[in-house]
Amino acid sequence: MSSRFRILLPVLSLAVLLAAVFYMQPRAMSYFGLNLLFNLAVPIALATVAQMMIIMVNDIDLSTGTFVSFVACVTATFLNDAPLVGLLILAGAIAVYAALGALIEARQLPAIVVTLGMSFVWGGLAVLILPSPGGSAPGWIRALMTAKPPLVPMAIVASVLLAAVAHFVVMRTSTGAILRAVGGNARAVSRSGWSVIRLRAGAYALAGFFGVLSGITLVGLTTSADANIALRYTLLSIAGVILGGGEFTGGRVSPVGAVIGALTLALAGSFLSFMRLSPDWQIGAQGAILILVLAVRLVFARNGRRKEAQHG
Amino acid sequence: MNTKAKLLGAAALLSVAMPALAQDQTGDARIALSNNYAGNSWRQAMLESWEKVGQQAVEEGTVAAADTFTTSENQATEQAAQIQNMILQGYDAIVVNAASPTALNGAIAEACSAGITVVSFDGIVTEPCAWRIAVDFQEMGRQQVDYLAERLPEGGNLLEIRGLAGVFVDDEIHAGIQQGVEENPQFGIVGEVHGDWAQDVAQKAVAGVLPSLPEIVGVVTQGGDGYGAAQAIKAAGRDMPIIVMGNRQDEMQWWADQRDANGYETMSLSIAPGVATLAFWVAQQVLEGADVPKDLTVPFLKVTQDNLDEALASTPDGSVANVEYSLEDAKAVIEEAQAQ
Repeated sequence: MSSRFRILLPVLSLAVLLAAVFYMQPRAMSYFGLNLLFNLAVPIALATVAQMMIIMVNDIDLSTGTFVSFVACVTATFLNDAPLVGLLILAGAIAVYAALGALIEARQLPAIVVTLGMSFVWGGLAVLILPSPGGSAPGWIRALMTAKPPLVPMAIVASVLLAAVAHFVVMRTSTGAILRAVGGNARAVSRSGWSVIRLRAGAYALAGFFGVLSGITLVGLTTSADANIALRYTLLSIAGVILGGGEFTGGRVSPVGAVIGALTLALAGSFLSFMRLSPDWQIGAQGAILILVLAVRLVFARNGRRKEAQHG
Repeated sequence: MNTKAKLLGAAALLSVAMPALAQDQTGDARIALSNNYAGNSWRQAMLESWEKVGQQAVEEGTVAAADTFTTSENQATEQAAQIQNMILQGYDAIVVNAASPTALNGAIAEACSAGITVVSFDGIVTEPCAWRIAVDFQEMGRQQVDYLAERLPEGGNLLEIRGLAGVFVDDEIHAGIQQGVEENPQFGIVGEVHGDWAQDVAQKAVAGVLPSLPEIVGVVTQGGDGYGAAQAIKAAGRDMPIIVMGNRQDEMQWWADQRDANGYETMSLSIAPGVATLAFWVAQQVLEGADVPKDLTVPFLKVTQDNLDEALASTPDGSVANVEYSLEDAKAVIEEAQAQ
């Protein structure tokens, strides 16, 4: 699958869902409506990009949800009351992520086990910081997330900006290319003189950075935190990466696709809610949408391979 | 000409009809229930009550719609998105049983700024623009001791069955019971066990602590644990103390059996799942323009010796006693809050 084609399917799925939502709820077709539809997708998109950084180096992060919850708790408490301490804690959290990446590479540990273990650590820390739901969002982040830029709502501006930045870092810089190469063939990267330990640590640090942004923006939207606020993000972010054209192995990821995948997942929830579907069916229906998109992708991929074989 | 005349006639009719419409202010209002969880009998009964009262109100023309939405997973971020969808769908009021007291605040603030009335109940929210119908759990504990003081003026030893350790509700009811015992010093709590609001856990816990206890005259509970306590005390061959019950079907069934066998007397109290319908009427009152204080208190549903049979007959197996609230009940609750 060429990278141009990789992005086509996510864009198409989003467009189809958006059209369906507009048809069912014309009110959504406005500045106000688009913002309501998508503003909670911004932290999901950030978490998805974080997850993508990990999937890019052939690992998977099962602690995304609890990490974002932890960051949300830090944001609503320390970052609000003592900004300097808050920033230090968040910087420390990113450093821990980098250290995890180095540890996983150095000891050749399975990332799935390490991050599953870390999910309990982050969850525990979140409960320690905020034993009962509360805290409040720092004024500046609240102002940022509720800002009303002219013409295009904040949620869209933020998503486009995120997609552009992630695309630039991962697809356009030399570091990004080498990071993707770690997922493609780590041994080749190491033989050509790069330190895979440092590269994996870098990818994890990037994941930590976007995870931190996800938690901060989430609190900007909710105004206060809860130790369990983002538990769903783990699965949502993995689904978002895959829906956006990424693959679990080989460093084949698409930052723009990941953002679109996250928006599509958020929109799927709204779509099912507008359909007045019973909650007993909603999880199943959400799964069905995912399977449908992936099935279409598989069919296209197979056709593409056949054509390549014919021509090649 | 003919159509023009018809149009004019229609316009005239409309202008006559308009004032009548304006009188019934909430006739075209749409109210939505945002629910975060439907996986236990209490929540199922809550949804049934809402459907019943909502449907009736729609048929009578009190409101235009009373729809329910339950998130597919019990997660605050899901519910926040659900509430934002409700804003888009143009509901006039949103009644919320919240997954988190704080994590929905952003979405609720959005709803308020869109001119939507938000009423939270049971799982209440801290956002100041929303109304809160909260349960006074302390009062629930206090009333149990007050009842025992009435029945047993000379006092005696009590056994306290607590809920799940570390949960807010457990701390609150416990605090209420302690306050009740301070106010009625003829009582003393000689034993305290955690029953986790489950009959089997309570039975084991009580059976374990009984041998070390002196004679007890009363058992104060948190609901869901009374039947287990009774079984444990019976198995130990002790005299049956007064066990305050929590409206569960098995508790009331045991109580009725004992009453028929030996005239056993007690009382039972809990929160009715129908409190959702109270929230419905409060939302309707706010929409109608009534002056409603932001903080309201849920009344307890008490089952006494007199209405035991009635409550038992209307409670399905494995469920909890329920009641649907009416507009008058809601007005009474509002008045009580105004008086404070």
